[in-house]
Amino acid sequence: MATTWNDILDLGDRVVPDTAPPLASEEETPKKMGAFRRLRESLSKSRRALTEEIGSSLFDRIDDETWERLEEALILADAGATTTAQVVEKLEHEVDSGAVPPDGAAIRERLIGLLTEIASTNRAPINLAQNPAVVLMTGVNGTGKTTSIGKIAWHLKNEFGLSVLLGAADTYRAAAAEQLSTWAERAGADLVRSNEGADPGSVAYDALSAAQARGSDVVIIDTAGRLHTQSNLMDELGKVKRVIDKQIPGAPHETLISIDATTGQNGLRQAKAFAEATDVSGVVLTKLDGTAKGGITLAIATELGIPVKLIGTGEALEDLRPFDPEDFARALLGEE
Amino acid sequence: MFDQLSDRLQSTLSDVRKRGKLTEADVDKAMREIRLALLEADVNFKVVKAFTARVKERCLGADVMGSLNPGQQVVKIVNEELTELMGGAGRDLVFSNKGITVILMAGLQGSGKTTATAKLAMLLKKEGKSVALAACDVYRPAAIKQLETVGKRAGAVVYQQGTDADPVEIAAWALEKAKEEGREVLIVDTAGRLHIDSDLMDELARIRKRVKPHNVLLVVDAMTGQDAVGVAESFSEAAEFDGVIISKLDGDARGGAALSVKAVTGKPIIFASTGEKLEDFEHFHPDRMSSRILGMGDVLSLIEKAEEQVSEEEAEELQKKMSEGQFTLEDFLKQMRQIRKMGPIGNLLGMMPGMGAMKKLKDVDVDDGELDRVEAIILSMTPHERAMPQIIKGSRRRRIAEGSGTKIQQVNNLVKQFDQMKKLMKHMANGQMPDQNQMAKMMGQAQRPKIRRR
Repeated sequence: MATTWNDILDLGDRVVPDTAPPLASEEETPKKMGAFRRLRESLSKSRRALTEEIGSSLFDRIDDETWERLEEALILADAGATTTAQVVEKLEHEVDSGAVPPDGAAIRERLIGLLTEIASTNRAPINLAQNPAVVLMTGVNGTGKTTSIGKIAWHLKNEFGLSVLLGAADTYRAAAAEQLSTWAERAGADLVRSNEGADPGSVAYDALSAAQARGSDVVIIDTAGRLHTQSNLMDELGKVKRVIDKQIPGAPHETLISIDATTGQNGLRQAKAFAEATDVSGVVLTKLDGTAKGGITLAIATELGIPVKLIGTGEALEDLRPFDPEDFARALLGEE
Repeated sequence: MFDQLSDRLQSTLSDVRKRGKLTEADVDKAMREIRLALLEADVNFKVVKAFTARVKERCLGADVMGSLNPGQQVVKIVNEELTELMGGAGRDLVFSNKGITVILMAGLQGSGKTTATAKLAMLLKKEGKSVALAACDVYRPAAIKQLETVGKRAGAVVYQQGTDADPVEIAAWALEKAKEEGREVLIVDTAGRLHIDSDLMDELARIRKRVKPHNVLLVVDAMTGQDAVGVAESFSEAAEFDGVIISKLDGDARGGAALSVKAVTGKPIIFASTGEKLEDFEHFHPDRMSSRILGMGDVLSLIEKAEEQVSEEEAEELQKKMSEGQFTLEDFLKQMRQIRKMGPIGNLLGMMPGMGAMKKLKDVDVDDGELDRVEAIILSMTPHERAMPQIIKGSRRRRIAEGSGTKIQQVNNLVKQFDQMKKLMKHMANGQMPDQNQMAKMMGQAQRPKIRRR
């Protein structure tokens, strides 16, 4: 059973209209169909790419070449050498010892099981139980932070009827606040912003104050993209977090990092550095509508225990979905 | 994080030295390490396969040269091949002989096109060119505003028609306007697009057809994984790009994508974007990149430089001097200068045969400022004193300290250390390995605060 929005959000005691999504007007329906079609298409594209590497006949004969080709398929999905070796070794061992019958379909199912297991590490819903719930969005430049925030806000507003306030704490990149403001408008969310070059901590502070005054359900703080190697900027992020915690103890309740699906092995270092600076609680895996599979999130789950919570699958507002470990595992192997 | 590839290769190939030649089994073992290193660096695995096959051929039967251990020997071959693969002629922009030069930028979302556009404008501006930018990203919210802001910072004029116009028309209009205003370069910034989005790829092809750019540049994020190959192939088909800008190289990504892109399209990497500031943009150096992909920093180039710097004869003469205890401060100065030409001293220590294995020295970082002082002290000595440091007493000491701007104590230390080093060298040259404590003592003595452990 696929993961739904209700599964991935912990809304606490909030009363949610059970007729969600309430705003799926007729005008929007074809657009939604389009979104699903796009997703299917993109999935079928990765399917095609992977079927070349790991055809359904892969496990018909079990020999060294079988394992080598499986290795290659996982490497091609950016799972990384370490994770790949672990998975392949385990599967090979189980087949050799007879724990898994030497039958193609059984081995494949076990492989999907293994990958699903990894992708399910520390699985937890997005914590929106508090009032206001504070979400901090972080990540490297160009990974899709601002776009993801726009989409999250849209879903919370339109499918759960929550009032959302966005804080434009990316005061560095030119026109970042304008970009967020456009998304806020589209999603029907409030926006708190300041001038370019303003202190990000003070923007976060203003956003939280405004949210408390207006009684917003959720505050999402956008931060400037930064390379995880820039220690001064990483310190700054830590400071933003402390400002938030000081104003609303225990906040941010959810700290997300956006990881671009096309990212290779560096994604692990990104997640590690951001986790050290801000206690990252979940990953938003973006740009999955391309041909990249985002296998680096397996390494992030294995080595850092940080789960993926949402996936971005396109440019439109509704192109954001809850992460489903088994779907992800099957997509990695080119299945539906 | 990443164990030095040369160390790993060295332990894999530890018994090769005795035999003096690399056998097929040795090379296979080494190739496994190379393969892993390249995959960790995000080089596409098909590229890795082809690459290791070629390197293997070259390694087979290669002589292990005196100055390098077998691991370093393999690394050297790998590095040469990598640099070769990444290099290639004509690594620069093409400028129109008469009239305006047009540059078209393309890439995935978030690869850094707009930033790269402004940085390139800044670079060309510095070369005295008058630069205009065309804002053709009508899709991403506030993209035009961003280009206007960074364009202004770079000192370039920005042509835009808002978000309702067609990007192809904007590009054509901007070109006319740039010509009218007598600009020398027009850089066309486009929206980020997925390589499988046929509508947008078609739009890119139409912009290209319309403005006939002299250069089409693909911006590739240094952190891109295995998918870089597919992306590059698709963009190559739709936009026939001429060169690559590799962005976000200031992070710690090893940037294997650069190699993949070059390998599958044959298009050179022209620029590297290396920081937050608009000035952080430079011409690409293939040799530096191959070291980076192998995760070895400057060590690779140091191996090569070491070979260039010290000729066989010089090395032999030095060896003789060392073994006979004839090594003078003059020789020491010469050595030190040669070594310093190669880069920070800390990097060099690990490369010296035998030292890589010495744990205590592995992480030592010697302060280069200390070496400046040592050089100054020696330069303040007479040739006679340099040859026979034992004559340096009272007044000589004072004169040298004054001449070099140091304290008498420091002159003393140097002379004492040099004496110890000479003894140690005699040992080493006669085939005895120094014990680690002795070595560490020498390195650290009297300068302990200057030697930091990382």
